[in-house]
Amino acid sequence: MPNKIHISATINGEETEFLCEPRQSLLEILRDTLGFMGTKEGCNNGNCGACNVILDGALVNSCLVLAVEIQGRSVTTIEGIATSEGLHPLQQKFIEHAALQCGYCTPGFIVASKALLDQNPDPSEQEVREWLAGNLCRCTGYDRIVKAVLDVADS
Amino acid sequence: MQAFDYIAPKNVDEAVSLLASQNGNAKILAGGTDLIVQLREGRRKAGLVIDVKHIPELTQIAHDENGLRIGAAAACHDICANPIVQRKYLGLVDGIHLIGGVQIQSRASVGGNLCNASPAADSIPALIVHEAVCNIAGPNGRRTLPVEEFCIAPGQNALQAGEFLVSINVPTPKEKFGAGYLRFIPRNEMDIAVVGAGASIVLDDDKKHFVSARIALGAVAPTPLFASSAGDFLAGKDLTRANIKEAARLAQAIARPITDLRGTVEHRKHLCAVLVERALDKAIERAGGQHAQ
Repeated sequence: MPNKIHISATINGEETEFLCEPRQSLLEILRDTLGFMGTKEGCNNGNCGACNVILDGALVNSCLVLAVEIQGRSVTTIEGIATSEGLHPLQQKFIEHAALQCGYCTPGFIVASKALLDQNPDPSEQEVREWLAGNLCRCTGYDRIVKAVLDVADS
Repeated sequence: MQAFDYIAPKNVDEAVSLLASQNGNAKILAGGTDLIVQLREGRRKAGLVIDVKHIPELTQIAHDENGLRIGAAAACHDICANPIVQRKYLGLVDGIHLIGGVQIQSRASVGGNLCNASPAADSIPALIVHEAVCNIAGPNGRRTLPVEEFCIAPGQNALQAGEFLVSINVPTPKEKFGAGYLRFIPRNEMDIAVVGAGASIVLDDDKKHFVSARIALGAVAPTPLFASSAGDFLAGKDLTRANIKEAARLAQAIARPITDLRGTVEHRKHLCAVLVERALDKAIERAGGQHAQ
């Protein structure tokens, strides 16, 4: 059994240290070691987007990142989206538009949408739909999700 | 997932020694969008994973008088966002941009797409028509290999024991060069090509004749295909619809697709001609040529 490796990284703005095996994904460490249960495991092979996090500004599937790869880097999970003042506008608009039903894909959609708005504050509907093509939702049919994201962009 | 050790070498020589020390038991990690899934599902085995993203040569996207050099581990997003790539290598952007959604683009590399050697890989026909060349390092030093010779069977590439892909060189396009890649899928996004087609052309000064052309196909043979006879046919010919259609027919003739869940032999053969014609039209438009009548 390979030895555990010590990793230091910034997670949701806080310096964090943990031990991991090289085979452990970032998703596994976030949920099982660090307790960030908001990041969901869906397909665990890069198709569904439920495990999306922002790694140094880039949207990634945390199931396809080894935890050892994040040494010295910065990760934002769904838990880092809201502030002490309240919900992030995306979270608020998802509620207002009822952009979720079972809610399992929602953390991934919100993190993905935040990554979009961080680099393109005023996307077109086409741009929102293309950006969210890597996130699967089996309940909503996507329309309400797209409307919620566009509403945040407008306000 | 199976247990393995992890190491992130800082230069190519170190990576070569590590690979050599493992007798085939080590795997190269770039973006991980194929490898991590394959390791998790047990389709590949590794005692050691060598992360090459800390080697500057492997993540570079550089341009000089020799053309564009893409590190084998450079992420698709970073390649497509490069201003020189956006200006001069539009055929590459067409192919690379199609690899997965945003989350995959952030991590997946063109080098990985090439090494994974899928017959349907979108970047490979695009690389072939841009005359890209692989830079390979191994225990016997460095060597180069044209991209069209890199894939040898589904999932198998031409790398010998202890070798790995360092970078891909894409020559600076000539004057009046244009290239394009497109694929057919039965939906708008997020799918694997039923057929893919790439084309590049160079026009003469009056933009009425082809100086040269290259055509490549994906998903119609065990490896991506370089349709050299179809491209060679166009060299010196007039820019006419009849000549474009004849080149498309010649490309179609070398395709040897199979019937599978994505399409039938007949459908794929039909698509070859349609897509090659459209890829040529796209390339001509980008070279500044008139739409052929």
